[in-house]
Amino acid sequence: MARLFLVSLLFVLAFQARGQEDPALERRVMALAHELRCLVCQNQTIADSNAALAQDLRNQIREQLKAGKSERDVIDFMVARYGDFVLYRPPFKATTVALWTGPFVLLALGVWLLVRRVRKKAPAPELTEAERRRAAQLLE
Amino acid sequence: MRFWLVIAGFLALVALLAVGLRLDPREVPSPLIGKPAPAFELPLLEQPDKTFSEKDMLGKVWVMNVWASWCPPCLVEHPVVSELARSGIAPVVGLNYKDAREDALPWLKRNGDPFKVIAFDAAGRIAIDYGVYGVPETYVIDRKGIIRYKRVGPLTPEITQKKLRPLIEELAKGG
Repeated sequence: MARLFLVSLLFVLAFQARGQEDPALERRVMALAHELRCLVCQNQTIADSNAALAQDLRNQIREQLKAGKSERDVIDFMVARYGDFVLYRPPFKATTVALWTGPFVLLALGVWLLVRRVRKKAPAPELTEAERRRAAQLLE
Repeated sequence: MRFWLVIAGFLALVALLAVGLRLDPREVPSPLIGKPAPAFELPLLEQPDKTFSEKDMLGKVWVMNVWASWCPPCLVEHPVVSELARSGIAPVVGLNYKDAREDALPWLKRNGDPFKVIAFDAAGRIAIDYGVYGVPETYVIDRKGIIRYKRVGPLTPEITQKKLRPLIEELAKGG
């Protein structure tokens, strides 16, 4: 048991050491990985996913950054292969106008309808003498 | 009147959601359609000392099928791929993805080897260039080396009949 503990401790230390090889690079890799969708498990970024492809793509990012490529280059590399879908934050362009503006358009429409409705509500009509008497009777 | 407007709005929403539910989110439109097939040179699965390059196929309409022995859907589609290759309509090239020779070769022995040639992409690098994210995937590449079609997921007899074959025939005729 103690041996097992020691071995696992060594593993943890080894992994930490590996991560610290170049912390600045690792930070850039992870920052980029958070921007990119894992296409195997589509609701995760490749930073969160442990799918084999996500690991491969993280390695790709690391290698490209190490080779001096910029963040922009890496993103372009991914989009050229997997399309805009790989971007966790979709770009604003002709095909995504509805996606980006849709919620605001709907909100504006809702506010407009609400305002119109509130304004239009006419004041309650005056009661006739007979109605007034009947109301008083009911309230007693 | 107002009541019917609300009903109409509700039905429109239901229709929108119904269409949305039917779309397959796994069908990511590939940006590679209409683009030249990424260049590569890989060793052959069966003869490690020889290599295959996409340039070897220039002048032909061909099909590239990405598969692996560890991938159950690949086994499912294998009869369809085999049938397509047997029909002789176009050469089918295999791209063996992140596999090991000692797994892939017995797999072919068990299930048959319909491929004209199989490129061995052990690291999955070339597959990344082709935007592979879910094996099996199938590409149709024209005579000039342009990718004309990509299918993610297993080929079915229906897709082969309705999409692949007509496309291959059309590409073979023209140009």
